[in-house]
Amino acid sequence: MNVFSIENMNLWYGESHALKDINLDIEEKSITALIGPSGCGKSTFIKSLNRMNDLIPNVKIEGNIKYKGHDIYSPDVDVNELRREIGMVFQKPNPFPMSIYDNVAYGPRTHGIRSKAMLDEIVEKSLQNAAIWDEVKDRLKKSALGLSGGQQQRLCIARALAVEPRVLLMDEPTSALDPISTAKVEELAVELKNNYSIIMVTHNMQQAARISDYTAFFFLGELIEMSNTDLLFSKPSDKRTEDYITGRFG
Amino acid sequence: MRNRFDKQLDMLNDSLIEMGTMCEEAISIASLSLFKKDFGAQVSVTSLESEIYQKEREIESLCLKLFIEQQPVARDLRQISATLKIITDMKRIGNQATNISDISSSLNDFDYNRCKKIQNMVLAVSEMLKTSIDSYISKNLKLAESVIASDDIVDKLFIEIKSDLINFISKEPNQAENAIDLLMICKYLEKIGDHAENIARWIEFYITGEHKGEDL
Repeated sequence: MNVFSIENMNLWYGESHALKDINLDIEEKSITALIGPSGCGKSTFIKSLNRMNDLIPNVKIEGNIKYKGHDIYSPDVDVNELRREIGMVFQKPNPFPMSIYDNVAYGPRTHGIRSKAMLDEIVEKSLQNAAIWDEVKDRLKKSALGLSGGQQQRLCIARALAVEPRVLLMDEPTSALDPISTAKVEELAVELKNNYSIIMVTHNMQQAARISDYTAFFFLGELIEMSNTDLLFSKPSDKRTEDYITGRFG
Repeated sequence: MRNRFDKQLDMLNDSLIEMGTMCEEAISIASLSLFKKDFGAQVSVTSLESEIYQKEREIESLCLKLFIEQQPVARDLRQISATLKIITDMKRIGNQATNISDISSSLNDFDYNRCKKIQNMVLAVSEMLKTSIDSYISKNLKLAESVIASDDIVDKLFIEIKSDLINFISKEPNQAENAIDLLMICKYLEKIGDHAENIARWIEFYITGEHKGEDL
């Protein structure tokens, strides 16, 4: 079943045509990797999926982006509710300057949960699901800024999970991390796909090959090719994909 | 941008072609020892088998190095993985050539004019190997497919020779030992045909990304 269906999507930043006629489906409970050279539109695309681009002036979007069959740009959509269901993790870990506990409890609190017992439960479960509970359970009241980069990124994933999303958008989630932290986040992503749909922008081709089920290659604002990851990395059907993944350009 | 990797792939390419040429030479020397009773050839083919083995190790190391250093994908991945498979078949061709040469030395007092079909078989498998290497060099799918089709001719020749040799034994039982040796030689030739076919199938995979081999 598809969690997203994108049809004839075009996006402009002012006069600049950043995404051109994008058509693709994203399967639920799978990892879809978005690859392509810098400036190809993959981050723009991922940000369109939970309407983060609404915050940028002069953006114009045409076409349909259907989330579970419903157009996310239709007037009746509650953007806050949409972003609760479609969480996002960014390239650079961005914990709030507050305690580990409060970072995770922040989202549920903004959605009206006040019960301490309930918040405790959500915080523990989210940190466990983000595979960081054992490392922080004895220092929940300490500042999140004291954690290592890898821990901060997993905390950000826990924070995203705390509001019980259905989809996680990850924009180069490991590009600022060392190899061990990267491996932990990758393992976590594979674990999380049992319950969540994950869409991940990555510049790391091996990462896409290692953990994703599907890979989409973007180039100059176009979706060139999307297929099963094994197939795309062994037998790409478009020469531009082949040239990019084999390092002939990009 | 990827000059070093391209140079490494060129080196891999050259080494594989060199190994293929060594195998062609091994078959040619083995046929000399069979038809011309050139027993010096037996020594040469044994030494060549050892060189083929060394070449296999060298290519294998380069492939592993490329997997580690370059983490190849797409056509690069197919070239390196196909090469790893092809060198195993080539090494076995070297083994079979040595086996043919070894048995040839024990054949005696035999009328080689009766062996026209065996000569045809040697020619057929040599051509298969040569064409498979040509198809690799030129990335020519049609040539690879022609090698795969040729294996049926070799198999048919083997069945015919086997039947001829059974008749021959019943007429000249004192030549039974030679006939059995010849049958073994033909079996080795038939195996060389199979290895050439395997090589062609991996070249097909390298070019198209699809392996239609029976062994998958």
